Amino acid sequence: MSLESMLIVAALLFCVGLYGALARSNVITVLMSIELMFNGVNLTLVALARYVAPQGIQENIASVLTGQVFAMFIITVAAAEIALGLGIVFAMYRSTETVDLTEAAQLRN
Amino acid sequence: MFLQDLFQNVVFWMLAAVAIGGAVGVVVIRDLFRSALLLALVFIAVAGFFVLMSAEFLAVVQVLIYVGAISILFIFAVMLTTDVRRGNLPNRLPVLALAMPALLLAVMVVTAVSTDWRLITGPEQERVNLVQTQSVNGVSDATLEPAGVSSPEEGRQVRGAGIADLLISDFVLPFEAASVLLLAALIGALALARGREGT
Repeated sequence: MSLESMLIVAALLFCVGLYGALARSNVITVLMSIELMFNGVNLTLVALARYVAPQGIQENIASVLTGQVFAMFIITVAAAEIALGLGIVFAMYRSTETVDLTEAAQLRN
Repeated sequence: MFLQDLFQNVVFWMLAAVAIGGAVGVVVIRDLFRSALLLALVFIAVAGFFVLMSAEFLAVVQVLIYVGAISILFIFAVMLTTDVRRGNLPNRLPVLALAMPALLLAVMVVTAVSTDWRLITGPEQERVNLVQTQSVNGVSDATLEPAGVSSPEEGRQVRGAGIADLLISDFVLPFEAASVLLLAALIGALALARGREGT
C-alpha cells in the first residue's frame, strides 16, 4: 500500500465510472456511474492528504486536513446533485414513460 | 511493524478487488437492481479505504450519506421507474466510449507513477497521523509524548487541528455556500416532485 497504488485504484474507479456514464443509455445507470467517479475523486483527495506533504506543514500542521475537508464538500455536493438528478429522472419518467437517454428529446428544437 | 504492514497490504488489496470488481459490475450487469446493490458494496469498500488512510470521520460520513441515503435513493428509483425487461442497454458508440476512459486511465497511471511526489517524511509522519486520526476524538497528553511533540506550542497546534475547526475558520465561506446549495437542492427537488399540475 503506497500513494501510487492508491492513486491507481482511484483512477480505475474513476475510469470505470466514466465508461459507464458514456456507454450506457439508462439514466439511472449513468447517475450511478457519476457517483463512482465522485468516489474515485474523493479517494484521490484523501490519499494525497495522507501521503503528500503540503506547502505550509511546518507553520500549520492543520493543513494536512485540507484534502479531507475537500472530500467532505464533494460528498455534500454529490448528495445534492443526486437528489436533483433523481428528481429529474422521475419527472422525465412521468412525462415520457421511459428512462432511456437516447429517447429523451423533449428539449430538442 | 512488519506484521502491521502486511496486514495493511492484505486489507488494501482485498478492498481494491471489491471496489474495482463492484464498479465493473455496476456498469456491466444488466439487472439494475443488482447493480444498485453492488454500488452500495463499492461505497462500503471506499469507506474501508478511508479508514485505512486515517480519515475515520470521512468513513463515517461515507457510510451515512452514500450507503445510507444515496444507495437507498437509487434502489427507490430503480423500483419506481425501470421497465425491468429492457434493463441496462448499451449506447450507440460502444468503441469510442471504451477507448476514451482507457486513454484517460493510461494518462493518469503514467502521471501517478512518474511524478516525483514530495512525501511526508518520517518525523512529520507521527504528527500527521496524530492530527488526522485524533481530529475526531481529541488528543490526550499521553499520545502527544510518543509522537515527538515536546514544546507546549506544538502541542497546542496539534490539539487545535481538526476538521470541525477548519470548517468554521479557513473554509467558512465554502461551508456557508454548501448550506445554500443544499437549500437550493431541497427547493428544486420539491418543485420537480410536485409536477406541473401542482402549481
